[in-house]
This record gives sequence, structure tokens and C-alpha cells, in this order.
Amino acid sequence: MTTTEPATRPTATPAPARRRLRPGAVELFVGVLVVAVLLRGWLVGATNSARVQTWLTIFVSIVIQATPFVVLGTVVSAAIAALVPPSFFARALPRRPVLAVPVAGVAGVVLPGCECGSVPIAGALVRRGVTPAAALAFLLSAPAINPVVLVATFVAFPGRPQMVVARLVASLAASVVMGWLWLRLGRTEWLRVPDRPELAGLGKGAAFVAACRTDLVQAGGYLVIGGFTAATLNVAVPQKLLHAVGGQPVLSVLALGFLAVVLSICSEADAFVAASLTQFSLTARLAFLVVGPMVDAKLFAMQAGAFGRRFAVRFAPATFVVAVLAAVAVGAVLL
Amino acid sequence: MRRELHALILTLVGGTLLKLAFTGDYARYVKPGVRPLLVAAAVVVLAIAAATLRRRDRRDHADGDGHAHRHSRFDVAWLLLLPMLVLLLLAPPALGSFSAARSGTALGAAPASDQPPLPEGDPVRLSMMDYASRAVYDNGRSLAGRHLTLSGFVLPGDGGTWYLTRMVITCCAADAQPIKVGLTGTVPGRLKANDWIQVTGSYATRKDRDPVNQEPIPYLSVESSTPIPAPARQYES
Repeated sequence: MTTTEPATRPTATPAPARRRLRPGAVELFVGVLVVAVLLRGWLVGATNSARVQTWLTIFVSIVIQATPFVVLGTVVSAAIAALVPPSFFARALPRRPVLAVPVAGVAGVVLPGCECGSVPIAGALVRRGVTPAAALAFLLSAPAINPVVLVATFVAFPGRPQMVVARLVASLAASVVMGWLWLRLGRTEWLRVPDRPELAGLGKGAAFVAACRTDLVQAGGYLVIGGFTAATLNVAVPQKLLHAVGGQPVLSVLALGFLAVVLSICSEADAFVAASLTQFSLTARLAFLVVGPMVDAKLFAMQAGAFGRRFAVRFAPATFVVAVLAAVAVGAVLL
Repeated sequence: MRRELHALILTLVGGTLLKLAFTGDYARYVKPGVRPLLVAAAVVVLAIAAATLRRRDRRDHADGDGHAHRHSRFDVAWLLLLPMLVLLLLAPPALGSFSAARSGTALGAAPASDQPPLPEGDPVRLSMMDYASRAVYDNGRSLAGRHLTLSGFVLPGDGGTWYLTRMVITCCAADAQPIKVGLTGTVPGRLKANDWIQVTGSYATRKDRDPVNQEPIPYLSVESSTPIPAPARQYES
């Protein structure tokens, strides 16, 4: 197939420009594979302790489980980047950012999936000229309030439908508050959304493929960092410690908030884990459900990848505080 | 170069996912329902890789120079090799007694209604989750007078007790939580952690508290037991 086009390729560019780029990522790729296969026996021996094996299993599980959602997210974000004109979002969202934030937050309902998919989509929205505050509200609300997650929450808490309502209200409130906070306090220089010069001037099809590829390897690469961190915390932090504070109202809310950060569970599954934490109050478990889809070890890495580290180190802690407060406030009223 | 590298990495990712889905090894890491999603994701990833290799667009050579500075930065795409190589070369096993010992038994919320009567059969085969919730929430009422068969791996507890254990997952192994049932009666000798056994017995009134989370652990009075190989689907879900 690659031979159908060479006649149209300009020959003016001198080849040496490419030659300078080191002897090839492709060769390096093959080299890594060969070395890894040759070292297999040694690797198997080096990783056969129970702790390391548990780490490996959790690490690859997080990556495998998230991959379908990352793929969905990148295909949607590539479609936004290549196929949807910026004018669409200008028309779809209210002109005033203060109003665009809640609209974008509520729009999160339409994306069925977990948090890994919404990161590349929010990146594509910002690149498409959507005001960052609105894109961030969408980023936070989509994984928490979509129907799949709400149904899972309903199933996990039999006889307690107020848990679903509380999750919806608290998550939406936290997302919108974070969007507004960004409007007031956010600085554009914190946000680094890499441009995609390679997409400019391509046809729609070519731009779509190129956007899919770059988003996929980018989100995937940061997902690996996140899975690495989450698996490490999962194996290193003793759960006994968290359970010790189950009876104390304030500490238990914070403890489950931190547990959500540490475990990095997909938002479609977290309700079942929360349901089993029976020695904690419902409000503490609500905090677990509100924090998890918005801030966790895996998500932090992916947000740093999509928006830059200076953004992530400010945004994630602020989101944690807002999410916990929203859970406590809603829990006090509804639970 | 960058495009070709990405295409190769994506091919490796798609191929690995397909391999997991078709060998059934995926069940060590995610719940059975994820399989069609994995196949679909693999197909999309492979299609993107193929389209990338196919489209030698006109500008690609022209902008090689413009990309040069970016090549000096580490490309995170490389990181995707890590989990794929772990899967292909090391194939880590399903979670076992190490995780089970670290997490408290997880019965979940008490069911809203009464337990339905046990199915027919003598002995009747129950999931660990079913046995434990009948034993704890119903005080074994629906289990009375029946022979029951359970299977799982064994986990050593304090004071020489053995817990029959099964991990329950909702999405993936990161959310795995154990269900533990203590063994009393004719407990097989010479067990070691992670051995899979099938036991037949009846409801025992004794209950312990899980040292990790203080949740109740019910007991089964064992009459007979046999070692079994680890099943293809080690998790309950």
C-alpha cells in the first residue's frame, strides 16, 4: 500500500535531515524486544515473590481494564480534533464561561465510561477552543455521573437509592465548583496543552488517524505511569491502617478519600468496593465515590500528561478538597 | 520514525490484548464481561496501527526536521511496552493469598430481602459469596441440614486456622476483595497457602472477626475435602 503514493511525494526535502535522527526508534524497539525475550528466564526468577507478583498482576490489570476506555476516549477526542469544527462548540455552549461550566458539567452524563476516557476528550475540547473551565468541569463530571456508573451504584447499594442521588449531586457540584474556581483563580500559563502541528493541513481522514495515534500512545503511556503508581500504593499501603479509623467521623471521611486516591479503581467498579466498606459511615463512602473518579494516582499521571505537570499539581489537590467537602455537605443532607 | 514506532507499539498492544482474550488468560486480570471490550479495543488499536503505516502522507518527510527537537524528549509511548512485556513474558498469576491476607473479607451490604431457599442437590454447590452471606446475614437459617460444597484457595489465619478464600472482582484485579470462610471439622492436613481445595460439609455456628477489618468470617464444618487444580476463572464476580 505504501507504494501507491511515492510519485506524489515531494523529493525536494533532502534525506539527511532524517538521517540525523539517531539510528532509529524502530531498531531500538526491536532491540528492546530481543533483550527482554533473552532475559526472560532471569526476569521470571527475579519476580517470583508473592509481593512482586501481586504488584505485577495489579499493574497489568489496571492497564488492561482501562485500555478499552482509553481507546473509546481517544477515538472520540480524535473525532473532535479532526471532524468537529470549533464553531460547533461555540454554538453548543453558552458564550459566558460562568454558564458554560455547569452546562459542560451536566453534559458529562452522555459519556459512558470511566475516567481514563474523559482525559483525552477534555484535552481535545481545550484544543478546540472550549473554555478550559468548562472542559475541566466535563473532565471531572463525566466519569462520575454517566448512566453506567449510576446504575452500578444503584446495584451496589440495594435498598439505598439515596446513595445514587447523593453521588450524582455531590459529583456534579464538585465539578461545577472546580470549573468556577478555575475561572477565578486558574492561570493559563499553568495549562500546557500541546499543540498538534502535525495535524495542520492534513485531510480529514489523515488528521483523524494521526490524532487517534498520538492520543492513544500519549494517554496509554501516562496510563502506564498511573498503573505503576497505583499498583505500588496498593501493595505498599497496609489496609489495616485505614480500617483502624473507621469509627471516627472526620478521619474516616479523609481516610476513604485517600483510599480512593490510592486504589485508583475504575468509576464503574468503585461502588462495589464502597459497598463492602461497611464499617465506614455512608458519608465517608460517598466521599470515596466522589473523589475516586476525579482524583486518583492513575488519573493524576494522565492529567499531567494531557495538561502539564504544573497544572496537575495544583488541580488534583484542589479537586480532592472540593470533592471531600461536596461529599460531606451532600451526605449531611441526603444520607 | 515516530509514526512507525507508534504503529509498532500499537500493534504489540493490540496483539497482546487479542492473545489474552483468546487464550482466556485475561480472566486473571479482569472480569469475564470485559472480554468483548478487549477484542473491540484490540481491533481498533490494530486498525489505527495499520492506517498509520498505510498513510504515508505527503508532508511526512517534509516535517521530519521540524520534529527533530521533539525526538530529544522521551516519548511516553515507550512505556506501553512495559505492561505488554510483563504480560507476554511473565504472565503474572491471578491474585492469591498474599492479597487476601492484606484485605478484609468483603461481604458487601446486607441483602434487602430474605435469602431465597437453597437450590436442589445433595451436596449443593455454592459460591463462597453465597455461603458467606447466608451464614452471616441469615445466621445460616437457609443452610440448615444441608450438605454444601465450596471451592477456593486456602489462606493461613492466626492460631493454625485455615480460611477457604476466593477473590471477588467487579472490574479488574485492582478492585479484588476476598471472601473468607473458616474451616473446622476434618480439615485436611499439610495444607500450604494458595493450595486450591474443594470441601464438602455443613454450616457451623462459629464466627470469627477478620483481623483486617473486623468483619465476621463464618465457618464451615468440613466432612471431606479434595485438592483441585486452580480453575480457569479464579475470581468470583
